[in-house]
This record gives sequence, structure tokens and C-alpha cells, in this order.
Amino acid sequence: MIDKNGVATIEMIKSKFPKKEVLTRPKAIIECYQEIPCNPCSTACPFDAIHIGNDINQIPVLDVDKCTGCSSCITACPGLAIMVVSIKDGKAYFKIPYELLPLPVRGEKWTALNRYGEKLNKLCTIENVNISKKSDRTAVVTVSIEQPFLYEFATIGERA
Amino acid sequence: MIEKELVVIGGGPAGLSAAKTALEAGMKVVIIERSFALGGQLLKQTHKFFGSESEYARTRGIDIAKILVSEIENSDVEIMLNATVVGLYKDNILTVYQDHKYMKIKAKAIIVATGASEKFLAFENNDLPGIYGAGAVQTLMNIHGVLPGKEVVMVGSGNIGLIVSYQLIQAGVKVKALVEAASRIGGYAVHASKLRRLGVPILTNTTVRKAFGNGKVEGVEIVKLDENWQEISGTEDQIACDSVCISVGLSPMHQLLSMAEAEMTYVNELGGLVPLKSCDYETSLPHVYACGDVTGIEEASSAMVEGKIAGLMAAKHAGFVHPNYEKLEAELNEQLCILRQGPCGEKIRCGLKKVGAVYD
Repeated sequence: MIDKNGVATIEMIKSKFPKKEVLTRPKAIIECYQEIPCNPCSTACPFDAIHIGNDINQIPVLDVDKCTGCSSCITACPGLAIMVVSIKDGKAYFKIPYELLPLPVRGEKWTALNRYGEKLNKLCTIENVNISKKSDRTAVVTVSIEQPFLYEFATIGERA
Repeated sequence: MIEKELVVIGGGPAGLSAAKTALEAGMKVVIIERSFALGGQLLKQTHKFFGSESEYARTRGIDIAKILVSEIENSDVEIMLNATVVGLYKDNILTVYQDHKYMKIKAKAIIVATGASEKFLAFENNDLPGIYGAGAVQTLMNIHGVLPGKEVVMVGSGNIGLIVSYQLIQAGVKVKALVEAASRIGGYAVHASKLRRLGVPILTNTTVRKAFGNGKVEGVEIVKLDENWQEISGTEDQIACDSVCISVGLSPMHQLLSMAEAEMTYVNELGGLVPLKSCDYETSLPHVYACGDVTGIEEASSAMVEGKIAGLMAAKHAGFVHPNYEKLEAELNEQLCILRQGPCGEKIRCGLKKVGAVYD
């Protein structure tokens, strides 16, 4: 359970994902399960797609129709709890926040980790690495991996 | 005797924020800071902050320190660095130690924003070299650029333990495990998830029984605890490490207020001995105010808001009414209310009721 080991259950994870058909377009997956006083994801969204309201302790709610997958929320979230996900040609594409060195480089293969930090049995491909002034030293790394890992992939481990 | 209008003791998030609103109200302010730089614990916080925009959410702590300093540096403020307030007396006199000299200052008003100190944990061999408080690890690593070790066991899963573990990983240190005596993780789940997906085992219901090593720490013995916090024999295990980081909570730095005989009370939910205070943040000593962690352990975001209110109030009672007093007072109290109204604020709400602060 998340309050004992930091890992959400599969039901909790799936509750944050829209239907697979919707993921032909990139959408934000906001893995925020706890009421904490925080709202930068909502104020950072240029499309008014993330709603928290006046009580900043409320859990953010995504308006999937309004979300364009623009990624502004990824680096705004202080908890590094947001990724942007899409599906294309049997592959899942993840944009994740990344704050470790060395940064990956486009084209490299990296190990993929699940929410327990365990290696998945397939490598992922680094599709893009973006770090801008606005992202304030948090890189946004785009990776692709086989679609069956949609609900398992959490982050990248090390260069393969 | 040096005479001053307002002395702020402590240049952390609460003290800097208090100075800001008092300066805006027209007071002459002196900030006395023990360290060589202003910013307090913010200087070690490399992570992005929670809260809302008014508390600089999504800005890294170290950058918030720069913002708070920039907001006061072109005003009527005097900043004393490497200066320690060593005495506070009932007649608003304080003694300060700086450059091997003592000086006496009499102030019309004083804001105590001394922050907190770390609690430590009793276990066998807890004095072995390599066993640190989390604050020391952050100072070494994030201020001086020195790694505390290569393989660390973190004790305590509050936000500090979780955040420092993440900072250790960022610095290239292996966090072997995070040990928590309670049955649940103390800090925010998002911080815990960040560690777990990087492979850090989070061991709840577990404590450190002893450290071992020849001249320096080489490992710890851990043991499981039952629901009554009793060790379960047969569950002992050992983890090899060259450092242990203790992060088991903070206590308010009450010593100056206690010395001046302000009325104090012990409130478990606030972290220890805290001053009674009015809703104007005034202690039982006239014109002596307190804000931030010295009045109860909380996040830096609340310390900043509290500081702004204390600065407003200290100025008002000294005859300096801030040009936006009414609007600011209402806004700041609303901000505090919002920060504290969720489930994470339950402990602080409960604690504040016990010190006389008006809290609905």
C-alpha cells in the first residue's frame, strides 16, 4: 500500500489512466493520491485541464478532453508525480520528469523500472530529452516501451 | 547600549518574511542571523516546494531564499551575520555575540524566529562516526559539496527523511533502506513513491537497534516492531552501510523565550516546548513576538506566512500600520487556513488550539 511502501495498487494506478482509445493523443497521468496542500499542476496548465479549486488540499482532477499533453504540468509538480502518456503502433510513450545525472541521450536504450524500482524485462528507448528554463532543472525525458508495460513503467534506471 | 526599533532573531523563512512586512510598514529592522548567510534551512532545499503560488510553490527552496532576501535588501534593514543572540531578557534587551565581542541591544519590538533543532535517536553506538542528523547531511552535501558517505541508511520517513534520501540519490549516494518505526510513512506519499521507484526499500514498523563498526559505522542492526512498538524477537537483520542519517523530527528552538520567562507549554503535536501566543503572534512578554517553527513544527510555506503576519502585528503595535494592513491580514490568515485545512494539517490544528491561538 502506498502509505506503507510508497507504491500505489494497480487499481489506484488504473484510476488515473483514461481509456486506451483516448491515449492515441498524449494525456497527463496525475499520480497524486493524497490530500496535500499543493496546486502548481493546476496553475501551470495553460488549458485549464487540471482542477483543484480553492482548497489546495484537494486531489487534482484531470479534464481529459481539455488536456493536450503539452507537458507543462510534468515539471511544475513538486512531487514528480505526473507523466504524459500516449500509445502508438503497439508502443507506449511516456514523458517523465527526471532529475538525476547523467541525463540520457536520444536513441539510447535504458533499463525500465516499475514502481518498486524493479527492472522490467524489456529495455526502453530514449526518444527525446528536453530541459528548458521553464522546467527549472527538471528534465522531461520521452521514452518508448512495448504497450503491455503501460501500467507498469515508472521511470528509467540506467543506460543498457 | 544599542537601541533598535525591531530586532528579528533568525534569518530563515519566518524571520525574512517578518522583516519584509515590518519594513513595508515603515519600521527599521535588524535581522540577527547565526550563520554566514540569510535563508536558514531554505539554503539546503534543492527540491521544488509544495503549497500555492503565494508561498512560491514549484520554486526550489534555495531560490526562495534568494527571492526573500531580494525583497528586503533595498530597504531600511540592517543584517548581522555570524551573530548569535545568546541572551533574551524580560525588558526587551538581548545580548549578541559577534566577532568575539558581546553587545547589548534594547529593542522596541522583537520577533523570535529561531526555528527548530533536530531530535536524535537513542540506540547502541549512536555516537559512532558516520552517524549524522539529516540537517548535517544536507549542510555537508548541499552547502559545502561534501558527500557524507557512499551507502546510507535513513532513519525516519517524515518529509525531511524522504527528501534528504532523494537528495542523497541525486548526489550519487546509495540509499540502502529507509527505516520507519511507525506503521505508515510519515511524509508525503509522492516523496515516498519517488524513492521506491528508484529502488529504495521502505521498511515500516522497523527500528534501528544498534550500530556497529570498528572506529566508524559499518552497519546497523534493525528489528521489526509490533503494534505496541515492542521489538519482535527473531526479526533482527543487518544492513551494511558507511553512514546513518537520523531524521526523527524537530523540536522548537525555545531556549531564548524560556530564558526570558515567556509562558511556555509542552505540546506534543507542535514538537515540544512552545510559547503561548495571542492571535497577534505576541508571546506573554509585551512586544516579543514569535513565528515559524519556534512556535510549532510545520512546513516552510506556513513559516513564511506566519512571519509576514508577525511582522505586520509587531509593526502595528509599535505604531507602524502597514498601508495594506487590513487586506494583507485577511489574505495571510486565509492562506494559513488553506495550508492547514487538509488531513496533513490535522496535527498542527490540534496543537495550535492548545497554545491559545484562535483556530477554527
